[in-house]
Amino acid sequence: MKIRRPFLTAALLVAPVLMAAQAPATPVPYQPGLDPAVIRKPLAESWPTYSGDYTSRRYSALKQVDRGTVKNLTLAWTARVNAGNPRGTGTAFPMIVGGEGTGEFNATGGSTVKGGILNVNDILYVTAPDNVWAMDARDGRVLWQYFWKTKGGTHIGNRGAAIWNNYLFVETPDNYLVSLDARTGKERWHVEIADFEQQYFSTMAPIVVDNHVLVGTGNDLDAPGFLQSYDPETGKRQWIWYSVPMNPGDPGLETWPNLDAARHGGGQVWVPGSFDPETRLYIFGTGNPTPGYTGAGRRGDNLFTGCLVAVNVDTGKMAWYFSTSPHDTHDWDSSQTPILIDGTINGKPRKLVSTAARNGYFFTLDRVTGAHVVTTKFGSYANGHKAIRPSGSPEFDLSKEATIPGALVSPVEGGVTNWQPPAFSPDTGLFYVHEQNGFNMLYLTDPDPRGSMGLGGKNRVPVGELDNFLTAIDYRTGKPTWKHKYPGAGSSAGMLVTAGSVLFTGDGSGNFVAFDATNGKILWHTRIGNISNAPQTYMVDGKQHVLVAVNDTLYAFRMY
Amino acid sequence: MKSQLVLFAAGAVLGSIVVLGAQQPPGGGQGRPGGQGPGGAGRQGGNPQATFPAQQRPLADPTLIARGSGLYGVHCRLCHGSDLRGGEAGGPNLLRSQLALNDQDGELIGPVIAQGRQTPGQPSMPAIPLPPEDQRAVAAYIHSVHATMRGQGSPPAGPAAELNILVGDAKAGEAYFKTNCSSCHSPTGDLQGIATRFPDPVQLQNAWVAGGGGRGRGAGSARRQATVIVTPQNGQKVEGRLDRIDDFMVILTTPEGMQRSFSRSGEVPIVQVRDPMERHRRMLADYTDNDIHNVTAYLVTLK
Repeated sequence: MKIRRPFLTAALLVAPVLMAAQAPATPVPYQPGLDPAVIRKPLAESWPTYSGDYTSRRYSALKQVDRGTVKNLTLAWTARVNAGNPRGTGTAFPMIVGGEGTGEFNATGGSTVKGGILNVNDILYVTAPDNVWAMDARDGRVLWQYFWKTKGGTHIGNRGAAIWNNYLFVETPDNYLVSLDARTGKERWHVEIADFEQQYFSTMAPIVVDNHVLVGTGNDLDAPGFLQSYDPETGKRQWIWYSVPMNPGDPGLETWPNLDAARHGGGQVWVPGSFDPETRLYIFGTGNPTPGYTGAGRRGDNLFTGCLVAVNVDTGKMAWYFSTSPHDTHDWDSSQTPILIDGTINGKPRKLVSTAARNGYFFTLDRVTGAHVVTTKFGSYANGHKAIRPSGSPEFDLSKEATIPGALVSPVEGGVTNWQPPAFSPDTGLFYVHEQNGFNMLYLTDPDPRGSMGLGGKNRVPVGELDNFLTAIDYRTGKPTWKHKYPGAGSSAGMLVTAGSVLFTGDGSGNFVAFDATNGKILWHTRIGNISNAPQTYMVDGKQHVLVAVNDTLYAFRMY
Repeated sequence: MKSQLVLFAAGAVLGSIVVLGAQQPPGGGQGRPGGQGPGGAGRQGGNPQATFPAQQRPLADPTLIARGSGLYGVHCRLCHGSDLRGGEAGGPNLLRSQLALNDQDGELIGPVIAQGRQTPGQPSMPAIPLPPEDQRAVAAYIHSVHATMRGQGSPPAGPAAELNILVGDAKAGEAYFKTNCSSCHSPTGDLQGIATRFPDPVQLQNAWVAGGGGRGRGAGSARRQATVIVTPQNGQKVEGRLDRIDDFMVILTTPEGMQRSFSRSGEVPIVQVRDPMERHRRMLADYTDNDIHNVTAYLVTLK
């Protein structure tokens, strides 16, 4: 036994190298690379960043598919991705293998696509934990696959890749930022972005802004959250911004009982944010404070966890923050992607940002100053908060923390909404988000006055759910203009809205559905299974395509 | 033998992570029970399939761990706690300590023991004159506890706490029941003996709040399934148990056991769902926690 293990390991290390060498010489696809300035243009022909563009509206200017023509959408192709190292089987495309692990870690189920898919120059870049695929947008043919041999880490998902000229960037569950040549999949470099020993795990889609690659990480073990910026050429770190106070005198320390609590206070940055080129501010949500469910050891607002935060991309300095979930004790983080809206409030043009938080509250703020504009509760039954403060932040209700005899809490741990991105249409003025209204009995199982650790110390028991909706919120008032009630299961799927006034999403009953964005009327559907990311759209050869993932399978629809 | 038991428990804990932690990959479930590690008995292996290094790394020699445990009890426990999660004298939690997690073999923990430590905002730690071999033993013990930490940052399973959830007022619960529940339920009918069927009050409470736990027939019987009447344009109604419904389909099973499916387009066909649990579910929006605790205190008397 002792002899066989290292032998097996060596075989695994050698095999992929041989396969790559034996693969037929594949011509490098034509690809002029992506000028990062393209990401500033309104979203239409391509999909060059996680949310399509920096506003994160997921609003496409394309109009071939509209309320009248959507019924003509036809399947162009479907393709199934195969995560991992295809040992000994060989592939029709180059397989590039990297990584610091031995290849022994069995990341089962790693093929689920839960992120944004880039489309640059008719090449798609698809990711799952430890895997990147380049595909031809015309037929879903894999051009190359990159496989990262992991050391381990939580393989819950990967939210996508970023591109800068001819370089791709992707995070790994064991906390590396890996840069690939987008044409060949060959690795340029990888750098460690968080400490694996501290139980960080990384899932975020990096966001490229000029010569900055912004990366965030995840952690469940009471470690501080942060956002970092790396140089796309060299992989050198440019700055780090911590979402909790790390040193005596740091701002926000007064909202923690002591420095030790703050330094173990969480606030992970694991979902991409938005970028405002005018102010140079990257605006994003921060995760829940930790320990997640036992707040006794961290009384206070726990800044800057559960916040919407604006950080200057050149300096890494925070310009403003707004607390969307002070002192959370339910794992309701505020990581959701915010949307930049150029709108009108009381007749005046305003530069705004809106976000729908996991705790069931909707916010609109001034994105230049962080000044509050609107707060409403969009989770119809959300009961973790008892009021709205004069500042616009919700006031937490301590009686709804985990208790020994049990507290009846809505929403469930996953929230009214979660990482799945919302959308906004400037044509309708509506912010589209799913509203999930589940209930838990929440028991405190570790009453130790020191508090528990991580997400421990509690027992959550689902006891039912009430109506679940697709909700279209007026950003000016925070009130729904229309709601679609699902007769069956609720949905958490992400959103896409277009200039053709079509809203695409999944319904939770296995249907991919097109709604009329103005009134919620159903226009088209196809039953392909519950979608695992957010729909996207782009042009190929002058034809509008709509792309969506169902676990390990991509479906591309097009107009003929 | 003692260390064998400890290691076996660690393996069991690792194995259970899959069930408990939604964020844990399935790969974390292949925990190796003690005694089957690559090193064989005596020097146990870690679990390379575990998610994080604290559970992946091979453990130190059991005798070293046992010695470290003894030294920890004498020199460290007062400040850092018997469970390493921090003590009354203000020492930090060593299970989430950056330094302790990064330490491999005492190279970081050892100097802190030997030289003490000043950390802003915390009581200063005095130097403890232990020889390097004892420092290593303490580090080995700390890592052996790290190895038993559970998914999503949860601490090791401690001794089972006796938690009494019966804080409600049974009389108030009975009054609430009479007002809000007795039109469908009866303590001498469907709920008779519910406390015997659910001897654990937590399970009893979860069951009734979720709308289950009753028995018998008729109104107030055990959790009943929704039925549906589908009226197509030809007017021929079809009725049965609702199997699935969305905006585009409704699927039912008739009393004869035949499954029927109908496409839906707006109001055609007419679909009438009758869910006997609807009213119960709506009450989720109305209960206060006191109502729930009072009703549970009442229901535990229905033995």
